[in-house]
Amino acid sequence: MSSADLEVDARGLRCPIPVIRLGAAMKDLPTGSLVRLLATDPAARSDVAAFCRLRGHELVETVDEPEHTAYLVRRGG
Amino acid sequence: MTAVTEAPGPPGVGGVRALLDGASGPILPAAREVLLAALDAGWADPRRLYAEGRQARRLLDDAREAVASGLGVRPPEVSFLPGGPVALSAAVEGIRYASRRRGMRTVAAAVEHSAVLVPARAVAAAADDATLLDEVPVDAVGRVRLDSWKQALAVPGTVVAALQSANGEVGTRQPVDAAWEACGAAGIPLVVDAQAGLGRDPVPEAYDVVVGDARSWGGPPGVGVLAVPERTRWRRPGAGSEAEFGRTDAEPVVPLVLAAAEAWLATATERPDESRGARELVDVVRSAASEVPDTVVVGDPVDRLPHVVTFSCLFVDGEALVHELDRRGFAVASGSACTASTLEPSHVLAAMGVLTHGNVRVTLPLAGSLPGRGAERADGVHAFCAALGDAVAAVRSQLGTDRL
Repeated sequence: MSSADLEVDARGLRCPIPVIRLGAAMKDLPTGSLVRLLATDPAARSDVAAFCRLRGHELVETVDEPEHTAYLVRRGG
Repeated sequence: MTAVTEAPGPPGVGGVRALLDGASGPILPAAREVLLAALDAGWADPRRLYAEGRQARRLLDDAREAVASGLGVRPPEVSFLPGGPVALSAAVEGIRYASRRRGMRTVAAAVEHSAVLVPARAVAAAADDATLLDEVPVDAVGRVRLDSWKQALAVPGTVVAALQSANGEVGTRQPVDAAWEACGAAGIPLVVDAQAGLGRDPVPEAYDVVVGDARSWGGPPGVGVLAVPERTRWRRPGAGSEAEFGRTDAEPVVPLVLAAAEAWLATATERPDESRGARELVDVVRSAASEVPDTVVVGDPVDRLPHVVTFSCLFVDGEALVHELDRRGFAVASGSACTASTLEPSHVLAAMGVLTHGNVRVTLPLAGSLPGRGAERADGVHAFCAALGDAVAAVRSQLGTDRL
């Protein structure tokens, strides 16, 4: 798994909170920063990708772990 | 018991009340009148031999003839079942059962109604073979990928395919003609689910079995239509039944069927105007929603149902937005997980890979079903468009996401 500048733990939280936490964490980071979101909410799978498209971020990888899913996002310009 | 009143719901803060969730009604006035009259004239069991029973039989036969004629099939090919989803499950199950010696594999678009997907998953689970259901992927507007569809049909053991004429959540029409042609080439019957489109879009012609629900054309709830042309191999599993040409064991509720047929006839002549009017209003909603910051309007903008539009707002809680709009006088649906008892987002939005939270679904009711007809519908849409931006901003402000 690639390393991240910041990790957001949204496990156990339901939509739209995981994406809100991700958006809040990315707000003040410089372009190119990597943030990893950990989430258990099934809605996060489509919502993280849609969030990235809307805001011009890059969804670098999605890794399914036994108990959660890890999304690695690079901040766009 | 809670008293039944005629009040449509609380008016919103500006005195507005606009019904923008017409997926299940309201029933057309002409159909309502027939329903009430039929409770007196058509109450009897149509299998009885005395005068009242014979009258109920005559009325039921007339209703069947009207619906069959509208669908372009013969009356004995039409059965009335207790609701569209029930009819849809029966449609797929009957083909699967008739072909059981060749296999039991189902092909369905990933956005099909749960009445197709859930029973097919149960078949796969019971056989401990996940390949017995192929959920064919869709593109970003929700249209089935025809190349994947054809590949899925080619897998040995496939005996039935199911596809909607159009999706009732996002409005996108499916390439039913091409899908049916591919089914024909593969020798696999196609069930077309027209529950969202009948009464709004042209009647499908390319199918082996077609299913509808009277609610989509202004009829009452509780009337599903299952049309099985004689050429199609279809057989109901389980004990034999005489009800509805052997296609169900539930006798139809005659007054409901009469009201459904009346709604079909009452709307037939108005249908082109109705669809044109709805299409223009949905364009207005699409345009207004796309002006709201961080909001995506989903589904095909052009090749779609006339009356359905869905959009999702980033950083918004779908449940909170539905309540905020309701408070302002607008009744809308949502496909967000927090508005569903399952806590899963809409499988349609998920299959399309679009934003599932902050989702709003507008389904325009038939103009004729509102007391103020087309003008009332248009006024409601324009008021909704004017209020939408503020409503979204209010929810974002409550969530503290307005500056994200």
